[in-house]
Amino acid sequence: MEYLDQLFVFAKRLMLDLLARFLPDWIVLVASMVISIVAILIFAPLTMMYLTLLERKVVGRIQNRIGPNRVGKFGLLQPIADGIKMLTKEDIVPFQADPVLHFLAPVIIVMPALLIFAVIPFGRGMTAVDLNIGILYFIAVSSISTIAIFMASWGSRNKFSLLGGMRTVAQMISYEVPMVLSVVPVILVAETLSTNAIIEAQSAGWFVWTPWGLAGFLIFFLCAVAECNRSPFDIPEAESEIVAGFHTEYSGIKFALFYMAEFISVFAVSALAVTLFLGGWKGPWLPSWLWFLLKAYALIGVMFWFRGTLPRFRVDQLMGLAWKFLLPLALINIFVVGFWYFSPGLWKWVGSLGILGPSFWIFTKLNRSYVPENRVYRLAEDENNETVGA
Amino acid sequence: MIFGSGIIRGMFVTLKNFATSYFRKPDEGGLFTVEYPEKRIPLKERFRSFPFLVYDGTPENLRCTACDICARECPPKCIYVVRAADQDGRPLRRPAAFTIDYSVCMNCGMCEEVCPFDSIFMDHEFEIASQDRYRELVYTLTKLLKSNEYFNNIRPRDAQAVDKKRREAEEKKKLAAAQAAKPKLDEPPKPV
Repeated sequence: MEYLDQLFVFAKRLMLDLLARFLPDWIVLVASMVISIVAILIFAPLTMMYLTLLERKVVGRIQNRIGPNRVGKFGLLQPIADGIKMLTKEDIVPFQADPVLHFLAPVIIVMPALLIFAVIPFGRGMTAVDLNIGILYFIAVSSISTIAIFMASWGSRNKFSLLGGMRTVAQMISYEVPMVLSVVPVILVAETLSTNAIIEAQSAGWFVWTPWGLAGFLIFFLCAVAECNRSPFDIPEAESEIVAGFHTEYSGIKFALFYMAEFISVFAVSALAVTLFLGGWKGPWLPSWLWFLLKAYALIGVMFWFRGTLPRFRVDQLMGLAWKFLLPLALINIFVVGFWYFSPGLWKWVGSLGILGPSFWIFTKLNRSYVPENRVYRLAEDENNETVGA
Repeated sequence: MIFGSGIIRGMFVTLKNFATSYFRKPDEGGLFTVEYPEKRIPLKERFRSFPFLVYDGTPENLRCTACDICARECPPKCIYVVRAADQDGRPLRRPAAFTIDYSVCMNCGMCEEVCPFDSIFMDHEFEIASQDRYRELVYTLTKLLKSNEYFNNIRPRDAQAVDKKRREAEEKKKLAAAQAAKPKLDEPPKPV
């Protein structure tokens, strides 16, 4: 059990021990970094490849279809076939596009998605870099993708791309605010920014089983879906309105890189949500890394479920949800966690639910959408009808 | 009504769909995909793809008389007919060449409707994709000819109606011929 749990840690240590026998120390140090980096660089694209397949399968089943099943058993080789297709496709750069920006954007967009993996605790002792500012690092790095998307949209010299880019910037900046604020309660309770220490702080119970934890988790998860530009927040690439948004003018492997960034960040934010609210790799019986992956994939499954269910938000609804609902709720949540921290026993529960419940209800009422009253068509009504002119 | 309850109800609809797709049958709301090359939906009798020519018995005994009506009626002009001639140059009542360009044909079935000799009918064969448009999709007389049994097989109702019509016409013709051949002895003598 212990051996299974620490399988990857032992494997890395074994390799380093072998190297240390006939190589100087500094090379072993470099090798230690390289092993972690290579593990992430293999894991992330592989995850992305099979997430595309999984998404197509799940959405297919939701729509009563089978999904890809032609290439290999159950379509398991479909991602490889897609990859080969993407690699061999013609790479088109639009006339008068900015070639540097157009080329750099897909390269840069993958970077933040991969960089987030550095602080994700995949299991006990399986964090690539145990930063003491891990959450801050995540928040900082994940904002970079906004710039890459805007580079892509500006560099394409295409009106659809530009519109998509504008929408992306508006959306991602808006949703970052409630996202960061929803993490604050966790940081307050755990009294740390390190991802590993946050998981250790959940030894007594996952944060999601507390009122503020549940509210924070829901806010964080909704914002995370919006940050990844996934349905129902896929306004930046709304097919029915602006072709494909910021990646309208991309083809071949560059297009694949945008796709890859999207799916890698889907995994990364799910992993972060698991770390912050769902107890990370903690769980009985199974190895810690398996628990972590199971929880993360469950959240990814919910994202696919969203995609199969919900239609796209309108831009004003999107902004309204972030600024008029999630943001005030996140602020209330910070207040609630303070209350929770300083009050004793049962008072915690009564007080936090007493604040969160009514505020949820009030925000719901305040966000009620305006429905115009029914019109009276005077000429269409019967002449003798009393209601005419009423 | 709390905020988001409609969304949750919608989510459960799709969840139910996802779960039931594993065990329900298509007509109960399960998977409706028919995995085409292995499984097929049986074709309806009135399905129509491309025209073919019917022969009775042997391929020499074809119904087409090279009247050229189908070629003239064909909206995209994909039919090309050459009438056969004997060695003296007199035209015969059969085609020397009958060619249909399936890549041009638009499956309208106009030829079938106008044919006065019940010769050309729409087929059920639709898997004619090929690599070479000019060699494979231009169908000549030998490829177009199919037996009346085949026609009966794919479109029983239409074929039986046609057969009945032809049989009646045949009998009528025979009767008329017999009548014409008989000496006019039966005729009542003219009153003097």
